[in-house]
Amino acid sequence: MSQPPADDPLARLRAATQARIGLGRAGHAMPTRACLDFDLGHARARDAVWTPLDMEAVTAQTGDWPVRMVRSQAPDRATYLRRPDLGRELAEADGLPSGPFDLSIIIGDGLSARAAQAHGAALALDLRNRLAGWSLAPLVLAHQARVALGDAIALAMGARFALMLIGERPGLSAADSLGAYLTIDPRPGRMDSERNCVSNIRPPHGLSIAQAGEKLAWLLTEGRRIGATGIALKDAAPTKDRPHVHHQSHAADPARPAAGQAVAGGDGDGGSFPP
Amino acid sequence: MYRIDLAGTRHRFPDLKSLLAAATPLRSGDELAGIAAESAEARVAARHILADLPLKTFLTETVVPYEDDEVTRLIIDSHDAAAFAPVASLTVGEFRDWLLDDKVRARELSAVCPGLTAEMVAAVSKLMRNQDLIAVARKCRVVSRFRSSIGLRGRLAVRLQPNHPTDDPAGIAASILDGLLHGCGDAVIGVNPATDNVDGAIALLHLIDDLRLRYAIPTQSCVLTHVTNSLQAIERGAPVDLVFQSVAGTEWANRGFGIDLALLAEAQEAALSLKRGSIGNDVMYFETGQGSALSAGAHHGVDQQTLEVRAQAVARAFRPLLVNSVVGFIGPEYLYDGRQIIRAGLEDHFTGKLLGLPMGVDVCYTNHAEADQNDMDNLLTLLGVAGVSFVMGVPGADDIMLNYQSTSFHDALYVRDVLGVRPAPEFEAWLDGMGMLDVRGRVAPPDIATLPLARAIADQRFPTQ
Repeated sequence: MSQPPADDPLARLRAATQARIGLGRAGHAMPTRACLDFDLGHARARDAVWTPLDMEAVTAQTGDWPVRMVRSQAPDRATYLRRPDLGRELAEADGLPSGPFDLSIIIGDGLSARAAQAHGAALALDLRNRLAGWSLAPLVLAHQARVALGDAIALAMGARFALMLIGERPGLSAADSLGAYLTIDPRPGRMDSERNCVSNIRPPHGLSIAQAGEKLAWLLTEGRRIGATGIALKDAAPTKDRPHVHHQSHAADPARPAAGQAVAGGDGDGGSFPP
Repeated sequence: MYRIDLAGTRHRFPDLKSLLAAATPLRSGDELAGIAAESAEARVAARHILADLPLKTFLTETVVPYEDDEVTRLIIDSHDAAAFAPVASLTVGEFRDWLLDDKVRARELSAVCPGLTAEMVAAVSKLMRNQDLIAVARKCRVVSRFRSSIGLRGRLAVRLQPNHPTDDPAGIAASILDGLLHGCGDAVIGVNPATDNVDGAIALLHLIDDLRLRYAIPTQSCVLTHVTNSLQAIERGAPVDLVFQSVAGTEWANRGFGIDLALLAEAQEAALSLKRGSIGNDVMYFETGQGSALSAGAHHGVDQQTLEVRAQAVARAFRPLLVNSVVGFIGPEYLYDGRQIIRAGLEDHFTGKLLGLPMGVDVCYTNHAEADQNDMDNLLTLLGVAGVSFVMGVPGADDIMLNYQSTSFHDALYVRDVLGVRPAPEFEAWLDGMGMLDVRGRVAPPDIATLPLARAIADQRFPTQ
């Protein structure tokens, strides 16, 4: 398999970006190795979408925090992908305790169970340590979940805030990216503009657990102080560029939301047009 | 109410929009909206009725009410009855036959264009097979100009898309130079910014414009930010070549994007006032995509393909340089798999061309759709045969900011090579001057290291932020 020659002037550019540049050519096509690299990324992303959330693996990381399991109304992955509406509705709320609580944290598979499994419990525990004085509902693990499923879950438990930690749509170079969506007074019908999102939580390459925990703790504390999440809370955020904190308004480019921009239905899949 | 008895079964469709929806080839978005045909036979029944429907019907019956929707008003009010005359007496089925007729060439198609409404064009596409969509689109000739010419016969341009997850200038510049070395960038050098603010957009505009000026590249730049950001950037003296905006097919959906027709007109005026074009003044860049109105909850029970053509009717009002569908980007709940994406891509290209748009396609998919690069190879090749005006060029087909797969610089080289199509003439001359064309005019330099552009890269500083 041929490699790009060492004296390729693009070699010095490759360090500037993760983008697949300076690949060389086989005729007009990509060389074999570049094709195989691409295929591996795609295979990993596909597996991340289709591998179910391993509940036991997550529960093993949550220590003394009581855990509840729920499902959305999407019975399987194929239905989930076609019917985002079903992924926003709770199959049944039996077994969820009634609060009141200050905060309900939900770990949902979303479009990457890998991300939920790798980072969800760690981020939940990090937040618990930062939120002294907050009453926390049992941790909820949700199958076939879209972002808005967290609203139904938190409402059933009488929680003031819902925080959905959900697997984001996998990319070729990142199949384990977690998104966190924060909503005050959660209930079905909440709009994306009423949420805040911290995205690209993906140690070691994206946001670390500590960085994400710090951002979310600030949003929660400030959200409780002003009694709002979404656009109002974003506007209150420090104006220094916070590229990973978004409210859910029009994307810069609605057809292609910016990285970390939440999307229609807040499904964390980055692909829809915002409402 | 529309009725037909087909082989002993009676089929009913309560109104025009339900008929159009039922006549549409199966796609997940119409199923999600609950408006897809109830059976394969019902779909054929709807197409039978549609084939016998007079084209004139679409001038008096609307799918979204005239008084409720400014897109409907734009479509109806801008209809040119004189241009419509050659096809005014035809049914939708006869119109398909007319489009396919050998005697109908680019001249006839251009002449009839102002007489066609979005819904007429959507309706006829529903009666067409993929080869029909290719054959007719190939006959259309739509040329737009700014610093390069888009849409000339035998040419295929590429939007160089050098996105970066943090908008790092060195990373973006590196991707731009790689794209130029592969002969891409004649449609536009267009960045999707990772962060949505005016300062960021202005910084990116200067970055691309400086590169363009330094190497005297006959192309245009664009930062694909919200139209209001572009307006502010223009006010602040930034080098804005093209104003970008995503558009949808209903007023409500556009409001969801934070736009209306008046705002687009204002942006077009502002961009025109800068007089930055050298060979033309087409200053708008629009993206559309099937499913946008449904995802915004503003579809009015109209199928996603008909709404897509209405979005194209919005674009048509502003003399754009570039329009493309982001066909596979929106996700499997709208277009489930490679088969649906390919059909939709051919539809979007055909309907756009027939409406007189300089139509490109972002041949793409996401990782949760049932699709892969082979599907993209198929669609790219079919669109190349159909005469697509431009496609995307993304390093290695992998957009590391938007997390989806599009077409690569290599794919652009491939499709130009196998179909014998070439870059925009102004850009081709520039490539030649930079020593990047071989004796057969292909972008295949024998030794990259000897190129002026490669030397320029070596001299460049790539400071990281």
